[in-house]
Amino acid sequence: MDLFFDQVLNGVGTGVIYASVALALVIIYRTTGLLNFAQGEMALFSTFITYWFTEQGLGIVPALLASVVVSFVGGALIERILIRPVEGAANPLNVVIVTLGLFLAINALAQLIFIKPGQEALQMPPVFPKGDLVFGIRTATVGFAAVLVVECLLLYVLLQKTKIGLALRAVASNPESSRLVGINTGNMLMLGWGLAAALGAVAGTLAATRGSGFDSSLMQQVLVYAFAAAALGGFDSPLGAVVGGLVVGIADALTIQYIDALDGIELVVPFGLILVVLLVRPNGLFGRTIVERV
Amino acid sequence: MSLLELRDVSGGYGPVQVLRDLRLEVAEGEVAVILGANGAGKTTTLRAICGMLDRVEGQVFFDDSEVTSRSTQAIARAGVAHVPQGRGTFTDLTVDENLRLGAINRRDNGVEADLDRWYEAFPRLAERRTQAAGSMSGGEQQMLAIARALMSRPRLLLLDEPSLGLAPLITKEVFDRLGEINRTEGLTMLIVEQNATLALAIAHRGYVLETGTIVASGDAAELTADEGVRKAYLGF
Repeated sequence: MDLFFDQVLNGVGTGVIYASVALALVIIYRTTGLLNFAQGEMALFSTFITYWFTEQGLGIVPALLASVVVSFVGGALIERILIRPVEGAANPLNVVIVTLGLFLAINALAQLIFIKPGQEALQMPPVFPKGDLVFGIRTATVGFAAVLVVECLLLYVLLQKTKIGLALRAVASNPESSRLVGINTGNMLMLGWGLAAALGAVAGTLAATRGSGFDSSLMQQVLVYAFAAAALGGFDSPLGAVVGGLVVGIADALTIQYIDALDGIELVVPFGLILVVLLVRPNGLFGRTIVERV
Repeated sequence: MSLLELRDVSGGYGPVQVLRDLRLEVAEGEVAVILGANGAGKTTTLRAICGMLDRVEGQVFFDDSEVTSRSTQAIARAGVAHVPQGRGTFTDLTVDENLRLGAINRRDNGVEADLDRWYEAFPRLAERRTQAAGSMSGGEQQMLAIARALMSRPRLLLLDEPSLGLAPLITKEVFDRLGEINRTEGLTMLIVEQNATLALAIAHRGYVLETGTIVASGDAAELTADEGVRKAYLGF
């Protein structure tokens, strides 16, 4: 049983990372109606920025916060400069192609800027102290979970309790009517991308503190799992992203532990799970089927 | 000087020209109605006022300043509230949130008082305050759209086919409310409407639109009496 709980907790740790990236995907999907394939690499770039700040002598927490701020601005600029010009294009695939291009470009740029020749893996200082907190539960796992809770609370307050959050939800609901009530929809899209990039910075940095070091492939698998998490929870549901992320993380950890036959291809388990859920609920666990009267 | 004036406005979507040298004025405090057949350019006229066309030639003046090339959100902030065809409700947001969105750019502290006021005027909305707007009936959504527009304390209210998809009794109620709001608040309105009889009943001035240009205009009473207009739009 101990082993089982260890693996569940392990899954929660990775699940937090998937959930954060899935949240970022959901935010962009809801505001822009777009699957952002570059989300993982944006988070990777943010992770390198965190690392760069630590190299300048900042502690890991101030470095992470600084990276969150830089990433927010960077995400907003990506929306304004690269996404906006193709957004109104006749073919909606154009903007998808742009995010795919960004995927490759950001990865290459990150390697070019941050990785010195001959360097293999970079070491991110741990955000949470090593060792156990209580009952064999690692401090890092509790810390990761706390980070996710804080993210959710902040997002909830922003979206549900502030005027700017209401405007953001209005743009997601009906862009034309938003303009008609005087909302600057462009600014809201920039805000959405900024928030997504900020969440990515947290997810990437936490991911980099796991394992024995990180390189430019850090977020590639994470992005696939995060897409899975968002699909499982429902692409329009922040709550779904969180639950989906945790479920995928735990399912993955348990598969690695218990199903030897799937050694190396653990990926099939979360995807099998998703297939089943989507067959029963095509909008995901928490996605809304919109019923409207006219 | 009129509150709203369109001077020789032409324009449309992409390569399609819809409006041709359209001239129209609405004086402060009056209700003007645009009559016309399907495809005459009624909706396009309202969209031209709000900067929602791909291209516009000519000039649109609102409150003594030219707004022709301004963005939709800037025109909204200047005091033009537009209830689009199909109501433009934020269907997955609650009734309360829809109303608050109407006032999203207001900086004064009268928003709560206005909310109470319109809830009182539209009790059905008060009952459904926390319900998703999309779950309400068409008539309720139309009332919501009007109340949302009023929450912005507009100087000019544009209404695009408020009767669309509503039962006759509900349509009559909508127009009664609009007439009442015009009388009590002195709110200027420009209404596009298929139901000419009801619209002319609350209007001061009417325009007849054909293939993108104004072919007849005058007092609402004059237009009602005009034989051509009666035959074409009033059906008697």
